[in-house]
Amino acid sequence: MTPIPILKQREKQIYEKGEAKDGRPFDMACDRHSLAGSVSQRACVFCGSRVVLYPIADALHLIHGPIGCAAYTWDIRGALSSGPQLHRMSFSTDLREQQVIFGGETRLYQALCDLIDAYRPAAAFVYSTCIVGIIGDDVEAVCRRVSREKGIDVLPVHSEGFRGTKKDGYRAACDALFKLVGTGDTAGIQPSSINILGEFNIAGEAWAIRDYYERMGVQVLSVMTGDSRVSEIRRAHGAALNVVQCSGAMTFLAERMTAEYGIPFIRASYFGIEDMAKALYDVAAYFRFDPTLQQRTETLVRDAVNGIMPELLRIKADLAGKRAAIYVGGAFKAFSLIKALRLLGMRVVLAGSQTGNSDDYQTLRDMCDPDTVILDDANPLELSKYVIEKGADLFIGGVKERPIAFKLGIGFCDHNHERKISLAGFEGMLHLAREIHTTVTSPVWRFAPFRSKQE
Amino acid sequence: MPPTITKEACLLDRIRVTPSAEATQNACKLCAPLGAALVFKGIQGAVPLLHGSQGCSTYIRRYLISHYKEPIDIACSNFSEHSAIFGGGANLKLALENVRHQYAPSLVGIATTCLSETIGDDVAMFIKEYRRSKTGQTLPPIVHVSTPSYQGSHMEGFHRAVWATVSALAGDERRGDARRVNLFPGMLSPADIRHLKQMTAAFGLEAVVLPDYSETLDGGLWKDYQRVPEGGTPVDAIAAAGAAEASIELGGSLAMARETAASFLQQRFAVRPFRLGMPIGIRQTDVLIQSLAEISGRPVPGCYAEQRGRLLDTLVDGHKYVNTVRAALYGEEDLVAGMAGFLAEIGIHPVVCASGGRSMHLAEAIRAQIPASWHAETAILEDADFTAIETAVDTARPDLIIGHSKGYAMSRRLGIPLVRIGFPIHDRMGGSRLLHVGYEGAMALFDRLANTLIERRQDASPIGYTYM
Ligand code: SF4
Ligand code: SF4
Repeated sequence: MTPIPILKQREKQIYEKGEAKDGRPFDMACDRHSLAGSVSQRACVFCGSRVVLYPIADALHLIHGPIGCAAYTWDIRGALSSGPQLHRMSFSTDLREQQVIFGGETRLYQALCDLIDAYRPAAAFVYSTCIVGIIGDDVEAVCRRVSREKGIDVLPVHSEGFRGTKKDGYRAACDALFKLVGTGDTAGIQPSSINILGEFNIAGEAWAIRDYYERMGVQVLSVMTGDSRVSEIRRAHGAALNVVQCSGAMTFLAERMTAEYGIPFIRASYFGIEDMAKALYDVAAYFRFDPTLQQRTETLVRDAVNGIMPELLRIKADLAGKRAAIYVGGAFKAFSLIKALRLLGMRVVLAGSQTGNSDDYQTLRDMCDPDTVILDDANPLELSKYVIEKGADLFIGGVKERPIAFKLGIGFCDHNHERKISLAGFEGMLHLAREIHTTVTSPVWRFAPFRSKQE
Repeated sequence: MPPTITKEACLLDRIRVTPSAEATQNACKLCAPLGAALVFKGIQGAVPLLHGSQGCSTYIRRYLISHYKEPIDIACSNFSEHSAIFGGGANLKLALENVRHQYAPSLVGIATTCLSETIGDDVAMFIKEYRRSKTGQTLPPIVHVSTPSYQGSHMEGFHRAVWATVSALAGDERRGDARRVNLFPGMLSPADIRHLKQMTAAFGLEAVVLPDYSETLDGGLWKDYQRVPEGGTPVDAIAAAGAAEASIELGGSLAMARETAASFLQQRFAVRPFRLGMPIGIRQTDVLIQSLAEISGRPVPGCYAEQRGRLLDTLVDGHKYVNTVRAALYGEEDLVAGMAGFLAEIGIHPVVCASGGRSMHLAEAIRAQIPASWHAETAILEDADFTAIETAVDTARPDLIIGHSKGYAMSRRLGIPLVRIGFPIHDRMGGSRLLHVGYEGAMALFDRLANTLIERRQDASPIGYTYM
């Protein structure tokens, strides 16, 4: 078979850490629009918005456009709600030729009215998809009108797919959220209070994290957006501190809350023991006016780590020396995963993301072992080429990466929003370790032709 | 502590709504380029290329991957704001160039998305310009199909792509001296396609199946990454479609459509069209078998008499479990019409037949398959979403629900068991290996239907007999 060719225009988005190359200044291209014809693993602006707002469970999420965007995102995420389940419905204006020619405003208006009457949501989000930007519907005006008539907030989300990348979708979602923040009553909020931003409660992760903070004595005002409610978001501006998970999704909102309400923010990651502990300690340090907080945090972390260590060590014995490839949406997740995998004795040979920026890639490079390949906005050919060259035993990615791994006989662990297993927090680290162990040690790989070729 | 979630809390307590004329609530359909991409995946060496923005192709890939569990590379011309305003010609040409370079395809199948359709991109002209700019180089055939989703669902996209491919490539040059038949199976499972190929082969015919994703979307493990998975119908076989003995086209709604691949081949090359319903169940399989006998001029091979015999024996053995049972049925129009025919044969009354499709032939196709006395009591829903379907199912209170994975929430809410068929199967293994067609498919379906009913009876019994 002929070697897999790399597209010339993509060469600057691929970097292999190595002695020869380390001499030259590290200059990874990123933050680009995906190349036409490269089978990018990325989605679109709409996807970014939908991801962020999805877990607001008591809001109506109406997707304005032809049916596809809504159909493909119906109930695919693992974001759980402890109450209303409205977020798991797929609502669309399902535009027809008629509206494409004459405009879809009437249909949007009617659809909104019907759905608000039927479901009585706490607020409504209207996502504009590609075609809406072209036919020129005044979504804003329709939202204003319905808002007036129905007495609830109807918030347009400008998420036309072609208007940038997933990151622009995060921004659009944050813009919509920002309109809700500050509209609620802040009475009864204690001094050590936080909002958790960018935690989506996949498989209940936000519950676990919220629980840690509360056991420390911190009040969690809202988790934006994980099992969240419109009313919580409204009063989020009453918090003393914002804790922002991950690089991309919610930073825009945190920044605006700093500018408007003077709320500072710190970053956190909840994946892996190291980062999880740091996320708790950083908050404790911020509220150092209460020394008991620090003590409680120490106890909590110690107990939690002691609780999972024995099993982690047993798992590590089987995994030590295995090689892993990571391809995830945001680069921050990759940082945490590299540390978590090291704890299990594994080595990361490929690390990439869909939306990293140059600082992210600089950090990645500094963290990685020599010979690691770093990829921005990769495609199946590049991913497969490097997992083969690097002899990966494990691939961590999402649904679209899974068959690449399986076809070649490589273990796989799902780490995107569609997974149904919680991987955050201390318990989550154990789940991750078990997941990896289950896949990497399966006897079926012995039959994979790719493996026998390697031996 | 984290809240405990009860089973009930996890569902919207009920679909409380009256279906809305303007809003689709949980669609029972997908969009047109998905169907087209699937067709191109069934051509040897072909790479599908969606002309539009990135999201559409990524979502479609993701959706197909979670059913087929295979790598599904679909390229995209990746519109930016600039292309949305000034046209996507430059992007399409760049995409073609990059796809050629990376995949060395033997065909590129371009399907438009809503966006490129709406801005009025002249794809045919772009292709011509691209060809002109490459004079002297050998280019693969480039087939283009117009698939705006606001004009139809994934099934329109599917059928249109078959038609577009055939009308672009077919000629009447003979190829080899095998006796050939063109087979347009519709959107069936890889297992179905394999079974149909065996059937034609048993009559000494070589089937040119379009699409044939029986290997490309259901293959083995790889030693190296395959840019385009092995399998699929060779381009030169499609190019010889005009010299075939006959065309067989499967699908009840398709049989009523005017412009199809088979009708095209009839008009252009006088290839005899056999436009049949889906061969699900006894009668519809009989019709296919007879057609094959007629085309080949050969008697029906003994194995089919045997299979049919075993099927009848099975139906008789289990008839009491299924007769007078009432079912709700949903999915693609062709599959629903075919399945309704089979259910009628075994005494299961499909009291609700629904599809999100908009061919508007569904009612007619179903009525042709079920006894006239059932017509009044069979709710047929076209262009329906799951809210409308659930409302109808809740009213009819059938014993069984038959359809794809997306009906699971409804099944759970209403407490009616779901038997999974068709596409997508996202919550079970084996979606690719589900056999629906032929006598063997009928047998497999019958076993699953009957066993589901037996299991339900057993579970409901306070005694728990092990002998039912
Ligand atoms: S824009 Fe059209 S083609 Fe794209 S996902 Fe939506 S419905 Fe499908
Ligand atoms: S690219 Fe546009 S049409 Fe396609 S999924 Fe995204 S928003 Fe929808």
